[in-house]
Amino acid sequence: MTFKTVLLGATAAAAFATGAMAQDDKTKVGFIYVGPVGDLGWTYQHDQGRLAVEEEYGDKVETVYVESVPEGPDAERVLTQMALQGADLIFTTSFGFMEATMNVAQKFPDVKFEHATGYQRADNVSTYSARFYEGRAVQGLIAGEMTESNIIGYIGSYPIPEVIRGINAAYIQAKKVNPEVEFRVVWAYTWFDPAKEAEAAKALIDAGADVILQHTDSTAPQAAAQEAGDVITFGQASDMLDYAPKPRVSSIIDNWNQYYIDRVGAVIDGTWESKDTWDGIDAGMVEIGEITDAVPTEVKEAALALKDAIAAGEVHPFTGPLKKQDGSDWLAEGEVADDATLAGMNFYVEGLTGEIPQ
Amino acid sequence: MIRLERRPEPSRAWTLATPFVAVALTMVAGGLLFALLGKDPIEAIRTIFWDPLFGDFASYSRPQLLVKAGPLILIAIGLSLGFRAGIWNIGAEGQYILGAIFAAATGLAFYPAESWLIFPAMTLAGALGGLLWAMIPALLRVRFGTNEVLVSLMLVYVAEALLASMALGLLRNPDGMGFPGSRNLAQYPSAANPELIVGTGMHWGVVLALVAVIVGQVVMTRHQLGFRVRLAGQSPRAAVFGGVNPSWLVVVCMGLSGALAGLAGMFEVAGPAGRLGIDFNVGYGFTAIIVAFLGRLNPIGILLAGLLMALTYIGGELAQLQMNLPLAAIQMFQGMLLFFLLAIDVLTNFSFRFGRRAVA
Repeated sequence: MTFKTVLLGATAAAAFATGAMAQDDKTKVGFIYVGPVGDLGWTYQHDQGRLAVEEEYGDKVETVYVESVPEGPDAERVLTQMALQGADLIFTTSFGFMEATMNVAQKFPDVKFEHATGYQRADNVSTYSARFYEGRAVQGLIAGEMTESNIIGYIGSYPIPEVIRGINAAYIQAKKVNPEVEFRVVWAYTWFDPAKEAEAAKALIDAGADVILQHTDSTAPQAAAQEAGDVITFGQASDMLDYAPKPRVSSIIDNWNQYYIDRVGAVIDGTWESKDTWDGIDAGMVEIGEITDAVPTEVKEAALALKDAIAAGEVHPFTGPLKKQDGSDWLAEGEVADDATLAGMNFYVEGLTGEIPQ
Repeated sequence: MIRLERRPEPSRAWTLATPFVAVALTMVAGGLLFALLGKDPIEAIRTIFWDPLFGDFASYSRPQLLVKAGPLILIAIGLSLGFRAGIWNIGAEGQYILGAIFAAATGLAFYPAESWLIFPAMTLAGALGGLLWAMIPALLRVRFGTNEVLVSLMLVYVAEALLASMALGLLRNPDGMGFPGSRNLAQYPSAANPELIVGTGMHWGVVLALVAVIVGQVVMTRHQLGFRVRLAGQSPRAAVFGGVNPSWLVVVCMGLSGALAGLAGMFEVAGPAGRLGIDFNVGYGFTAIIVAFLGRLNPIGILLAGLLMALTYIGGELAQLQMNLPLAAIQMFQGMLLFFLLAIDVLTNFSFRFGRRAVA
């Protein structure tokens, strides 16, 4: 294709330009973020990973980032600019960057790409994600124990498998400790929009929820819960400790630091290979933020025990007997969900009300 | 004491000079902002305004300017017509979305058949989608005297909800493994809106934007519609006496701007964006309002303003990449542009007087 030749010419120019610069031995690592680095949630944690890379390798690396990039043609342009400017490795940190990542990776076979939470790979594209659902299970246990109204509000971002998995995992655990529990899910259709998130939280609180779980990245729901009074929340992606000990009683922390350090190291050593990584609590990619004193000791102990059991591989959050929402059988007694089903999860488990938008 | 005094007639010199003065002041104030952030202001300004055009990788970024400016110009041309007549279509973003939905639905209805008719049909559908969405505020205003600013703006949120429902339901890609979003139209040859000349960024939407600039210029200066629009804008009463039907004008202006916004959505969804996703719209319809005013509601001005706006976007990304400037600083920089434009604009209609007011 001729477009390719133009770009190849451009890459050649890029190679020439960087070659002319003195610090060519530096490994250049790019990050493209869907939100602002100051969201104190998802993007913030990825940026912490970037800083960890800088700290680990010092002068050997140079990192660059572009924040709040819309998922679509803009992402493709930003990625192309990064590749043209000589990035050796680029982390694309949102599901919606998948197509842009694949397109740009095809045009720059010598640049390595790492796409978070996606499912498409290539020789120069790896994918990585964390088993957030493990943390969701722990969260579900605390939520189920703590609720008095038996209504738990859940702010969903987009109805994609990742988010649906989290709702299911939290619900299964909550139901186990409190059979009366009910989940109300509101879809915000955003990863980061404090105004929309606050609105969703308020609507859920008005509907009687006294526990709010969120799959969106801002602290707005925490603020809304604080204002409402007797409502508890959990930090999402980041610790959100500013709202501890209440409303924030615990959190799921995404810790990308070690993964980023390892992958950048692999590029420096020349051992980088395309692969899929899906790590959980045991590898340290998912952490449970400190459970505060607002939670009774026995609940806290049960939550930590569950966390340890998941880390040790003794408990899988999706263990049968489980049925789907429509009543059909999913997992038999003792059966554990396989990764492929989890990766493409598009159904609620039995007991959840409401429909997944479609 | 300094006073503002209304000019007997708007100053032609200031009308022309305003955008340039505004850009210059933005550079100064923006440079100051960047300096306060500890960045080299000259380098920052150069990165934003110069590098996308003449930097190391300009061969890539120059065509991208057209891709980014195309929809802005197309929408702004339509808006400027109504704005001149005092008809405020603020909901171009919604009309843009509806154009994309109509076009994508039309294209996908034929999938996977191949025919040269599909693309023109999608184009018509896109224009129709935008037009119909704009007709809601237009007819409500004509019939019930509602405020088109509010209605058209509110319909943006309705359109966004509709878009989400389409991406998750009717138009969802059946082979998409349960993820939201339609099939990729850019990979469906009969529906694709590809780059027409490789390496230029020119796609049908950019071509149409350029045509719209020319037609817009002719209409405004030579056509009766342009005369009526200007008359209605300057003096609504005189326009009525002059035989201009205000209702007719509202419908025509809203319809045209809606259709153009719908077309912009159509070319975006079939080309650069490819698929209809929940986040398909990224604010072109709102940014186009800035572009329309930055371009003095004049077609040639809008062309230049659209390119300038695209430049600040792409240059802004480069500044983030090369200088680690935070996005918020770039956005402030873009905001300053409009701020200074409006501030300087006062001089078009007013002049400064020094000293005390003369006793009348």
